[in-house]
Amino acid sequence: MKAKQNEKNTSRWRQLRRSLRAASERVMNLLFFLCGILAIGCVALISVYMVISGLPAIREIGLTDFLFGQVWASTAKEPQFGILPFILTSVWGTVGATVIGVPIGLMTAVFLSKIASRRLADKIRPAIDLLAGIPSVVYGLIGVSVLVPAIAAFFDLPKGTSLFAAILVLSVMILPSIISVSETALTAVPPEYEEASLALGATRIETIFKVSIPAAKSGIAAGVVLGIGRAVGEAMAVMMVAGNVANMPTLFGSVTFLTTAISKEMSYSSGLQRQALFSIALILFLFIMLINILLNVLLKKNTKGGR
Amino acid sequence: MDDRRLDRRLPARRRIYDRVLRGIIWGCAALCILLVVSLIGYILIRGLPHVTLQLLTSQESYLNDTIGILPSILNTLYIIIAALVIVLPLGVGAAVYLNEYAKSGPLVRVIEFTTETLAGIPSIIYGLVGMMFFCQLLSLKTSLLSGALTLVIMILPTIVRTTQESLKTVPESYREGALGLGATKWYMIRTIILPSCVDGIVTGCILAIGRIVGESAALLFTAGMGLKLLGGFFTAMGGSGATLSVALYIYAMERGKFDVAFAVAAVLMLIVLIVNFAAKRLGRRLKNNQ
Repeated sequence: MKAKQNEKNTSRWRQLRRSLRAASERVMNLLFFLCGILAIGCVALISVYMVISGLPAIREIGLTDFLFGQVWASTAKEPQFGILPFILTSVWGTVGATVIGVPIGLMTAVFLSKIASRRLADKIRPAIDLLAGIPSVVYGLIGVSVLVPAIAAFFDLPKGTSLFAAILVLSVMILPSIISVSETALTAVPPEYEEASLALGATRIETIFKVSIPAAKSGIAAGVVLGIGRAVGEAMAVMMVAGNVANMPTLFGSVTFLTTAISKEMSYSSGLQRQALFSIALILFLFIMLINILLNVLLKKNTKGGR
Repeated sequence: MDDRRLDRRLPARRRIYDRVLRGIIWGCAALCILLVVSLIGYILIRGLPHVTLQLLTSQESYLNDTIGILPSILNTLYIIIAALVIVLPLGVGAAVYLNEYAKSGPLVRVIEFTTETLAGIPSIIYGLVGMMFFCQLLSLKTSLLSGALTLVIMILPTIVRTTQESLKTVPESYREGALGLGATKWYMIRTIILPSCVDGIVTGCILAIGRIVGESAALLFTAGMGLKLLGGFFTAMGGSGATLSVALYIYAMERGKFDVAFAVAAVLMLIVLIVNFAAKRLGRRLKNNQ
């Protein structure tokens, strides 16, 4: 009798354990799913916040006045909120950094993937990675304590803080992304292409420039776009060297980028001024999203074309 | 190299083209290396002489007219711990979901796209959203906790990606073996999958630490700029304080104390060097295990 009771107990116990296990299985399933869609939630949260907080000021100021107004005087008696100077500065700064950074980065990527011996390349690559790890404030510090005085002395200017200094700092900062993405793309070029070109009598260099680089162009473009994204979004390093005056951009003038316009005034802003800062952030966010989508398209094209 | 012999027989125009481009390539590579060496060398040479024991182990004192960065060091440490503790389960969970549970379909593609997007959003926007969401909406105020939570969103893609990479290296036969022996899915993940991708998770953590240490724009408005000691971990989480990077900015731009700024930069550089080295070592070990 007692044995039977015992058996019944254990079987009930077993059943409980089984259903417990099934329940925990289901709970874990749900938890993993929630973690999975967390990224979607974050992007949604950021987008919603950007739009909600950015729209009121644009509506109040008027879209054309906001985007194409040439004067930013947020603390004046009759405040004016035109962000054209910031947009143009960001555009020119990025263009300048790309013009300087891309050739140097691309050539270094060619060197690493095609010219240097494997051992040499393995020694240099970590050094380039290190460049990516240097905090942006450190770039800013070197910029403001070395580059800015050097520019002032070299070009005989009263102050060296300028668009030019920002362009130089940015072009160094985007180097690592351009180098590493382009190098991957160049390494993925099928060796048959290059062998065929060499067999036809082209030199190594001719092969690189007429076969390898064209074959890897969408990967290289992805690297360039990634670099552009970094340059547009950089705030601290630029804030330290660009001078932060809301001028229309001139190469040796003190300028404000989209990013620095936000970080410079955010701590003491209020009312419409604060809302206008959020609107600047919205514009910046739209820029970045465009760049991201472009990057995604390029990378997809690259994986398809590489095979 | 046969290139040389071929070279002599080339027409002059092609030879010059070859020489010039080869020179440009070597020049650019040399320039990059020179940049790395001189940047790091300059920071260390200008910064290290100012890194004294007193600087590292005290806080700023107006009475003695001394400057110490101990609060910033502690704040950085606290934020790293808090951010990692929160992001690890979330990031690893997301990677497990993508790799073990989800069937490839539109949802997975959307998740992967949004993860990529998160990695591309500039830190100043994280700072703004963190300020509005954590500091104001959740009324956590400007505090280390708000900063850590903002950083969680920022480093999520890093953790997800590295964990996913290493989940992909776990052989399919492990999964089949465990499931064949009657293990449930969660049991299999807990006992077989996760232990065999610890290396990848640790690499992700190291990369995340590197990003947290270097971050400043996202923390300026969320964690604040305080330079006072905040006490123990849990009291500190509620107070506002500057991490090393933010402190560097404050000392350089608002106080004009470049010696201190360079000392902080040197400390940061040493941390970055260690982090990079550790990540490399682990990455190599990961590759060997494959």
